[in-house]
Amino acid sequence: MRVTVRLFARLRDIAGASELPRDVADGATIATVWRELAQEIPALVPYERSISSAVNEDYARLDCVVHEGDEIAFLPPVSGG
Amino acid sequence: MTVPLLAIGREPLELGRLIGAVRAGAGDADATGADGALVTFLGLVRNHHAGRRVRYLEYEAYEPLALKVFRGIAGEASQRWPGARLALHHRVGRLEIGEASVAIVAASAHRAEAYAACRYAIERVKQIAPIWKHEFFEGGDVWVEGATADPGDQHARAEAERVACA
Repeated sequence: MRVTVRLFARLRDIAGASELPRDVADGATIATVWRELAQEIPALVPYERSISSAVNEDYARLDCVVHEGDEIAFLPPVSGG
Repeated sequence: MTVPLLAIGREPLELGRLIGAVRAGAGDADATGADGALVTFLGLVRNHHAGRRVRYLEYEAYEPLALKVFRGIAGEASQRWPGARLALHHRVGRLEIGEASVAIVAASAHRAEAYAACRYAIERVKQIAPIWKHEFFEGGDVWVEGATADPGDQHARAEAERVACA
């Protein structure tokens, strides 16, 4: 199935894209999507322990199962204010 | 035009607009008259950070999620300090030294609650709002990375409350 990955701040700079369509297996979790992405883009690997994630504009845990058409966002540590 | 209580935008921040929004948010004149305190906070772009001379900042947000987070923060504050109301605006895009990146207004019947709610709100923004600053300094640039955002982390929330009440 097809999902859309969104990347922000330094993650976007590393990947060179703010939005990436991704094909993932049925039953995939957010963690699966991240691992597959990090395999292709090894510079993302150091962020494994510090990212937050969101599905369809709501924070979601990495073990959350994703669905066709979902927008999955990976967020590096935040620095607003 | 009605000013929203919670907003993210590229335009310069104006405290007066947030004050108006908070006071209008009290509803009828009687409710507005019940406020005894209004506290304001502006976060400014500083010309130095971690020993670097900062030239300017660029802020980026995941806007729809950030607005939801702002609503959550306002809800937490009014739950913790009943009667306290917040306005919270954050700016994105390029900001020069001295410009305001975030503006917060808290109103309440008494000053202690208004101060606490205002401080709580900025602490929570820094913990969980999906907003990032890209710092351009003399000699380079760097994405500033602070907290891993986790709105369900009760320790972080308790820490923000502790700081707010200190």
